[in-house]
Amino acid sequence: MSGLFSVLWGPFADFGFMRRALVACVTLGMGAGPVGVMLQLRRMSLIGDAMSHAILPGAAIGFLLAGGLSLTAMGLGGIGAGLGVALLAGLVSRRTHLAEDASFASFYLTSLALGVLIVSARGSNIDLLHVLFGTILAIDGPALYLMGGITTLSLGLLAVIWRPLVMECVDPGFMRMSGARGGLYHMVFLFLVVINLVAGFEALGTLMSVGMMMVPAATARLWTRRLLPMMALSALVGMGAGLVGLLVSYHCHLAAGPSIILTCSVLYILSLLASPAGIRAGNSLSL
Amino acid sequence: MLRHLSCLLGVWGVLSILPAHAAPPPHVVRAVASFTVLADVVAHVGGTHVSVTSLVPPDGDPHEFEPAPNDARVLRQADIVFMSGEGLESWFGRLAHAAGYRGTPVIVSNGISLYTPPGNRQEEADPHVWNNVANVIVWADNIRDALIAIDPADADSFRTSAAAYVSQLEALDRDIRARISAIPASRRRILTSHDAFGYFGRAYGVTFLAPQGLSTETEASAGDMASLITQIRANGVTTYFMENATDPRMVRQVAHATGAAPGGELYAEALSPPTGPAPDYITMMRHNTDLMLAAMRPH
Repeated sequence: MSGLFSVLWGPFADFGFMRRALVACVTLGMGAGPVGVMLQLRRMSLIGDAMSHAILPGAAIGFLLAGGLSLTAMGLGGIGAGLGVALLAGLVSRRTHLAEDASFASFYLTSLALGVLIVSARGSNIDLLHVLFGTILAIDGPALYLMGGITTLSLGLLAVIWRPLVMECVDPGFMRMSGARGGLYHMVFLFLVVINLVAGFEALGTLMSVGMMMVPAATARLWTRRLLPMMALSALVGMGAGLVGLLVSYHCHLAAGPSIILTCSVLYILSLLASPAGIRAGNSLSL
Repeated sequence: MLRHLSCLLGVWGVLSILPAHAAPPPHVVRAVASFTVLADVVAHVGGTHVSVTSLVPPDGDPHEFEPAPNDARVLRQADIVFMSGEGLESWFGRLAHAAGYRGTPVIVSNGISLYTPPGNRQEEADPHVWNNVANVIVWADNIRDALIAIDPADADSFRTSAAAYVSQLEALDRDIRARISAIPASRRRILTSHDAFGYFGRAYGVTFLAPQGLSTETEASAGDMASLITQIRANGVTTYFMENATDPRMVRQVAHATGAAPGGELYAEALSPPTGPAPDYITMMRHNTDLMLAAMRPH
């Protein structure tokens, strides 16, 4: 029994960096999970991916201005760039007949190209790789405060805009007819997506921060159709995957970030096989 | 349009080849070296008869290099090209192909007994041979022979300057040995973010601990970090060195867990610009040794 305890808890008891990584995973899962569920319900699952690339030039500018891997400068820059792309894309899709994903695609690719240009004009390629692959093992105190603040803000805002957001999600036409400002809630929601991605890229890098947002949400969707339990389950899956992924990385000597995201993927595949709404549902339909 | 252009290019190509065939061997050999440390050694052996250009600039990482069009031009016009070899300059093949360079570069590390770090998952020899001065003496001999082969008229001059440089290197080698042997063996431990000092450690009896593997390209696992921290706590290392090419956040994390302090900047695989602390190979080795000695002395 004590053997099992030392395998599961020993790493966290012995090493500060493991404890900080675990707190980072719990924080990240709690904030990103519910946001991921909303993204998925709005059929915007891939927007998260686009946004994570849109963040890059802001982070790069912050990196250059601060002269190194500064958390605050890169985080603020990332939020600025992400919000800019979200606002422009939202504006274009509401003013023209371009669909939101099309305008998103154009703006995030512009933003990504700008980011690569800025980084390669000043730093070396390795600096860019640091932004693309953050590392959860290097989380320090200030990074944890930032992530904690972002998660608190995002859960609070989600609670405040909950009803109009869900309504805009289910029936945007009704929202518009009843005179409510659906566009405003949409923008607030995109803001939540951006800040959660910024929290994630401190820990996992821009490439993998979306993983903590979308894979737990898809897993939770397989087990329930009710919104609140779905969000809670999504957050739990993210946190659990963080714990298991860190332990796998510790005991099997594998890179930490991918271990966490792949644990999410394993949970997703198991849910696909086991849940009532998974593969079996498809089979019973065809029979 | 395209025909004219290719005509022009053809004429230019012939013109650039002509002098090499028509004239006797040029008085000044145009040499190209892959990176700054090697360029410095070539310049010392060649003396006034060789002009050397380094492809990777000062402070540049010789593993990761994005050649610019000018590098292709320099390579094409070179009389002789020097490389360290052993997988260090993985970008060279691409550049040679793009530049249309057809010659065979001189691999100066030929004849050096290579060291493959144990426990490394991919079985690759450590390419950072120059951090042992004895290996650079082999380089100097190889460079001398290659220069004599391409410019026999100046053979005596090459032999003289190579011999002078080798005696400087031998003095450097003796000096580093003497200074490090003054430190108790149990304190000869250095924490650095880049594993480029394998040959230094083996030659002069210093143990190097690093949070990452042989290259800067891999992401560390939690297990690797943990075993490093355990190791440092057990050994009592008090100073760490960061390199600008690697992830400083990882080193800071390890230092935070163990209470070690930063010790300055080691030059592991590139010289500094002329105004910096390591403008040539011998100064670089002295600078690194000074910093390491300061870190290893009991506080």
